[in-house]
Order: sequence, then structure tokens, then C-alpha cells
Amino acid sequence: MPIAVIRCLLASFALLVVLAAPQRGVAQDADFAALVDTAAKGEFAEQSAAISALAATGDPRAQAVLEALAERGLYVTAEGQVVIGEDHPDGLRLIDPLTGEEIGIVGSRDVERVRANNSLRRAARSAIGTLTLMSPDPAVRLNAAQTVFSSQDAGALEMLEQALEQEEDDDVRGAMQKARAAILLGSDDPALRLEAVEALREFTDPDIRSMLAALVVQRQDGTYAETDETVRAAAAESLEAIERKLAAWRIAGYVYQGISLGSVLLLAAIGLAITFGVMGVINMAHGEMVMIGAYTTFVIQEVIRNHAPELLDWSLFVAIPAAFVVAGLAGIAIERGIIRFLYGRPLETLLATWGLSLILRQLVRTLFGTTNQEVGTPSWMQGAIETTAGVTMTYNRLYIILFCLLVFAGLMVALRRTALGLQMRAVTQNRQMARAMGIRTGRVDALTFGLGSGIAGIAGVALSQIDNVSPNLGQGYIIDSFLVVVFGGVGNLWGTLAGAFSLGVANKLLEPYAGAVLGKILVLVAIILFIQKRPRGLFALRGRAVEA
Amino acid sequence: MARIATSTGYVPLLMRIDGGGRVLLGLMLAAAVAVPALNLLTPANFALHVPTYLVSLWGKYLCYALLAVSVDLVWGYCGILSLGHGAFFALGGYAMGMHLMREIGDRGVYGNPVLPDFMVFLNWDTLPWYWHGFDSFAFAALMVLLVPGTLAFVFGWFAFRSRVSGVYLSIITQAMTYALMLAFLRNDMGFGGNNGLTDFKDVLGFDLQADSTRCALFACSAVALGLGYIVCRLMVTSKFGRVIMAVRDAESRTRFLGYRVEYYKLVVWVVSAMLAGIAGALYVPQVGIINPGEFVPANSIEIIVWVAVGGRGTLYGAALGGVLVNYAKTYFTGAAPEIWLYLLGGLFIAVTLLLPKGVVGTTSDLWQRRHEIFGRRGSPPVASQGEQREAAE
Repeated sequence: MPIAVIRCLLASFALLVVLAAPQRGVAQDADFAALVDTAAKGEFAEQSAAISALAATGDPRAQAVLEALAERGLYVTAEGQVVIGEDHPDGLRLIDPLTGEEIGIVGSRDVERVRANNSLRRAARSAIGTLTLMSPDPAVRLNAAQTVFSSQDAGALEMLEQALEQEEDDDVRGAMQKARAAILLGSDDPALRLEAVEALREFTDPDIRSMLAALVVQRQDGTYAETDETVRAAAAESLEAIERKLAAWRIAGYVYQGISLGSVLLLAAIGLAITFGVMGVINMAHGEMVMIGAYTTFVIQEVIRNHAPELLDWSLFVAIPAAFVVAGLAGIAIERGIIRFLYGRPLETLLATWGLSLILRQLVRTLFGTTNQEVGTPSWMQGAIETTAGVTMTYNRLYIILFCLLVFAGLMVALRRTALGLQMRAVTQNRQMARAMGIRTGRVDALTFGLGSGIAGIAGVALSQIDNVSPNLGQGYIIDSFLVVVFGGVGNLWGTLAGAFSLGVANKLLEPYAGAVLGKILVLVAIILFIQKRPRGLFALRGRAVEA
Repeated sequence: MARIATSTGYVPLLMRIDGGGRVLLGLMLAAAVAVPALNLLTPANFALHVPTYLVSLWGKYLCYALLAVSVDLVWGYCGILSLGHGAFFALGGYAMGMHLMREIGDRGVYGNPVLPDFMVFLNWDTLPWYWHGFDSFAFAALMVLLVPGTLAFVFGWFAFRSRVSGVYLSIITQAMTYALMLAFLRNDMGFGGNNGLTDFKDVLGFDLQADSTRCALFACSAVALGLGYIVCRLMVTSKFGRVIMAVRDAESRTRFLGYRVEYYKLVVWVVSAMLAGIAGALYVPQVGIINPGEFVPANSIEIIVWVAVGGRGTLYGAALGGVLVNYAKTYFTGAAPEIWLYLLGGLFIAVTLLLPKGVVGTTSDLWQRRHEIFGRRGSPPVASQGEQREAAE
């Protein structure tokens, strides 16, 4: 293909001219004018070289010229000046390509249209794509690199390589490398193709996969699109590497979802870990404490919406302490009113609190109606991070993961570093002795229960962001929460943490293979079997406390 | 527990049944005869005529009562609080439902002689292997016992041998029924998914809509409740029964005395599951549908409150509780649906706080006190259940 070779050579020459220039852009007005001149008046080969060179200047003015050329809107006046003509009722409106200023309006016969055949126009169009490779705006450069990638225009290769040398933005670099490899893939030299195939290994886009896949597919007549065997083998290898990478990304995505689910479980279960694990009370109304927290969030949001709409984005910061207080007080009331009569009778506690849960759910239904309530997500929690391999991480989930770890840390500090925490642990370990030492065990019981319930309320704030706020909100989590606590080991908060995350991740990893429902069933069965094996959970307490 | 057999030698059957039990058996016998008679033989305008809908409704209550008795057997006498007995009930119901589905034959909407309608709807072309055999009533009846029994056996075998007890056991039984609910909700399971099994036509050739069939089903339920009660009563008044009560009150002590606690528990557990299965199997033809809703954990918890209301550890009290609570449920969900859940919830709390021995236990306590006050001969005072357990702990 001699023409292509000539084009390449000329383009390289034009490039050298540009490269030699100390500064790109405005400084080289004379060069730019010369290139425009050549593009309009030269022979075919010169024209196409000039087109490439124009593109390589990265000059913003070049775009207008190239567009005009591609749309047959470039003219030469009688004086030999190259102008851009736009349609106008009186004929043509002429614009100077060098200054961008209007020259005047002339009849369409006063100027001569630059002849451009189809291949020239195509070259102009793809040059438009590449010329922006040098743009100072990274978004424009990225766009240009993607244009080159899809056009796979060999003429853009040199510009691309040049642009690559000075590119600093990683995203744009990646896109440029991708485009370069895609162009090299069409080269005649097997060595270059091999290089390209190996370079493409780094990317996971579906179009690259299909590009590579096309190389290794055997046609019906037994030949391959790719004639060279080494390149083919390398392509197959690259393809495999890409698949492996994608699979790894997918797994990472599942793990992320699992951690996200785990954080929700942890939030729901952590309060239960206190009331069930530390106090030995089975609170079936725990889910309703979560629901109360969610409804508190709803009420606070409504109040703020009606009275101070400008603060709506920050309503959650009001809701968190409010939910803690409301649910905590409800918890203290439950402890004082019902549970304290039932200590040492866990099964009866279970029944009474279940009745309470029925009443609370019905109460919320009476007050708020059975429909789901709309709780808005603040603007700073909206949106998502997307990775190249299709893994999406929404901000609200990320915030919930962070939030749940914060709550966990806060609870740990409260239990280990405060006087109340010390008393709680003392009462848990030996009630009689604690009482003998002057701890008011009844008060500690009430506060402990309030703390557990309050944390459930906080969980409700978080869940209002990802789940429907309805009277049955808590019911969806209660069984899972119990399993998390039992699985992790009753009375051990670290166990609850480990239990929540391992259940979450196991659930999400099983889901794509077994389906959502079957995955959940498998996890449930696994837990049931696990509890048979280790009746005291993952991290069992040892010593005398076990039998207490 | 009050009134257990004091001798381990042979005691005639009737002697081993306490007063309340005799009343229950008498009532069941009378109901099994009188209700069908009053329904079928009296004209509709006769004062004592029992309409058919009442027959079915009370038939349903009797099934619940049997279910409550089965729960009382494990909870009241062996201390195993099962939050998953609804699963055994539903499995028995599904086994019966599968038979009834096969009985429909080609009278279904799609007219397929082998496949039930929902399978035709899902474009299945062959009957799944586990549906084979259910065209025979005898096989289905066997499955009503075997399916819940096997599940209970496997579950109990693992749980009791690992000494999973108390709250932990309650939670995993709840997880079990929850997992089964999720499983039965799946269309791929081949049990009709969300809709379950319904549109039954007849049983053993008798039209399910006919008054006579409904009366017969009622009578069967009454007889089943009576027999179920007798079986439980015989178990708990035997030497075996004294061991399981020892397990309830002091499990470790019983084990140290040389009893293999896990096997005793296993037997009670399996028998109870089978009784629940029978209750489910009688329930389904009278209600006309079985769906995964029966597996909902909340249902299983509700059964516990029936037993608690009636009186835990009395058997006949559980039957009474099952009927009472469900009667109240029917009444209130019709008359004032919004307050029913308040009432049910309040009942849970009130019973646990104020009537730990249930209606039966509380009235018999009052009765006994009156006897003591008036110096008449009463049964010797026995430690209440709560005191016994506290002593054990």
C-alpha cells in the first residue's frame, strides 16, 4: 500500500515540523496558515498529510478547518485565501480560519469550493478526533483517545504516541494505550501485533475482549483472522488473562456487596449482642427498636422539611442521636415494665417480647399507616463509584459500612472505658458479687437494655437509607440478627463482628451460583449445622461464665 | 408436674388420664358423633342445627388443638421450646396436599391427567420424582408421618447429640422453618411456589365440598385429637415420661444418673413432629389450601402462645388454649381487625407475666386453694412448675 506509506511519511514530516516548534498552539501561526493552505490547495497526498499535521498541532482552530473540510465547507477566495464558508440566505458567510473572524458575505460563485474526495473527508473526520489529543482539558483528551480507539485510524498512531509521551493523567494514558494497541493490532508487522495483543491484556473492556476473541476464532474455511500463530497464541493468552481479571473483579464485587450486607447485619445484630449476649435476654422486639429508629428518622426529616428545608441534607445528624434516645427510652421502659420480671426465664422473655413486638408493629400501623414511608437520601450520600470492570459501589452503602464500624468502635469504647461499661461487665460476670460490691444491678440492667435498644435505633437510621420504612422493617432482620449473634458466639462482640461479615460475604458469594433464595437457604442450613458442631458459636466464652 | 403416675407398674388406661383429659376425651367423642348428626340430620331451620361452615371452622380449631398438644408434649414435658413446629405441621399438610392434587386428575384447568395445574403452567413435562406415589392415599398417609418425623429425627439427632439446648435450640428451630419457607416459596421446588397447593376436588372419592365429607373430616379431627392426647398422656405417665420430665427440670443431673438424655429427647421430639404432621394433614382438606405461609416463623411462635394460654404441661390445657385463642382470633379479626394484634400481643405479655401456668393451671390452683380452705380432701400440694425449675437451676 504505497499511498499509506507516503501518508505516513508525510505525516511524520509534518509532525517533525510541529515537534521542532518550541511551543505548540498560537506561537506557530505561520506554520498553521501554511498547513491550512496545503490542506486546501495541495495535491491529494499533500492534503492528507496536512490534515494529519493540522490535527497534530492540537490547535483549537484546526477543528473548525477540519470540520469545514469534512463537510465540504472549505473555500478558496479569488485572492487565494483559504476561508470557511457557512450557508447564509444571501450566499455564503466567510470566516477566516486563522482568526475566527467573519470576513463578509459573498455569493456562492465568488469563491471556489475545495475539492475533497471521500477518503480525504474521512481522514479529516478522524483527524478531528485526534486533534484534541493535545487539548489541555483531560476530559477532551480522554474523549479524543476513545474516538481514536473506535476509529482505529493508523494515521493517528504517531500523534497518539506523541501525546502518550507527555500525558500525565492515568485515565487518559490508559485510554491512549488502549487506542494505540488497537491501532497496532491492524498493523502488517506481526511483532507489532504481538506487542499490541500483549498490551491489551491490561484492559477489561468488553470491546477489547471481542477484538481479541475475533483474532482467535477459526473461520468456516479453517483459516484465522490472525495469520501469525504466535500472535494468535498470545491473543488467546491475553483473552484468558482478561477473563481471569474480570472474574477477580467480579469476586471482589461480590465480596464488597457481602461486606455491605454484613455491615447492615452487624448494625442490626450489635444491639442484640448486648441484650442477648451480655444480659441473656431474648428480645424478640429488637427488630421493632430498629423500626422505631427508622420512623424517628422519618419524623425528623418531615419536621425539618416543613420548618427548615435548607437543613434537609443534615437531617440524619439530628436523627442519629434522636433515634438513639427514642429507642433507648423505649428499651428502658420495656426492661422496667416487662423484662425485669422474667430474668432467668429466657423462654418466657422470648414470648413476652414477641407479644410486645406485635403490639409495637400494630401501633406504628395505627399511627403511620401500613404503607412504606419515604425517607430521603441526603445529596452527599447519593451517587456511586464505578470501576472499569463493572463493579459499582454506591455511596450510601459505603457510608453505612463506615458508620457501622464507627458504631462498633464506639460501643467497644463504651463497654471498656466507661464506668457504666465496667458495671455492665461486672453484672454480666457475677450478679451477686456485683451487687455485694455496691453496684445497683437493677439500674445497670435497665441502662444496658437501653443501650442495646438505642443502638438498634441507630441501626434504624442507617436502614432507612437502604430499605423500606414500614412496620415490618424489623421483622426482616430479626432472624438474621439472632443467627449472627449465635454464630459469632454469644457474649462476644468481636464474634458478632466476625459473624456478621462472614455471613454477609458467604451470602453474596453464594448468590450468583445458587440464586438469591437458595443461597440464603444454604447459609441458614450451614449455620444450623455449624451450631450443632459448635453450640457456643465461633468464639465461645470459656470458663465459668459459660454455664451461668 | 402434678398428677403423674406414682407407680411404675401397670396402670389401667383410664386411670392414667387426669380429670381434664377425661373431659377432653368425652367432649371429643361427643363432638365426633353429635356435630355430624346435628349437621346432616337436622333441617337448616332447627335450633340446634350446625351449619357446614361451622363444622369446618371447628374442624380447623381441633387441628390447631392437636398441634398445640404436640407442642405441649415437647415444651411442657421436655422443656424444648420449639419455634419451628409450624414446619412439621406444614410438611404434613403438604404431604396431604400433594395427594389431593393428584386426586384432581384431569379435572384441573389444563386437564392434564398427571401433572398438577401449576406444573403445566410452568411448562414442566414430567412429574418430579418426589411426587411419585402420592396418587395412593396410603402412601400419602405414610408420608404425613414420615416426612415430619424424618426431618425431626435428623434435626434432633444433630441438635440433641451436640447438646444444643434452651435458647439456642429455639433459634435454630426458627431458622429451620424460615429456611423451609424460603425453599417452598421457590417455584423450582415443585410445590406450587407462593400459591402453594389448592383447588382440591375430593378425597378418597368423596367430594370435599359435600357436607358429609366435611362432617367426616371433622369427626376425624376430633378422633385424632383424642387419640393424640391419649398417646401423649401415655408417654408422659410412663417411666419414660418421668425421665423426660427429669430432663426438663435438671438435664445435667439426669445425664449424670446414667440416662442417655439425647435419645429420650429425640423420641419425644419425633413423636411430637409426627403429631404436628397429622394435624397439618387433617387441616389441609378442611381449609382447602396449603401454602408457604404456614412456614412463617411468626405462626410457630403463635402456637407457643396457645399452649401458654391454655396451660403448659397439662396437654388438655394446650388443646383448650389452641381452641380458645383461635376462636378469639376468628372473632376479633372479623369484628375488630385492627385490635386483634394488640390483643394477641397483650395476651403474650399477660400470660407470661400474670398467668405463667395458663388458664388451666391457674384455675386448678384456685380450686385447690378453695379445697384447702374448706378443709376438704384435695390432692397433696405439689411444687409449681416454676418453683421446680428454679430449684433445678
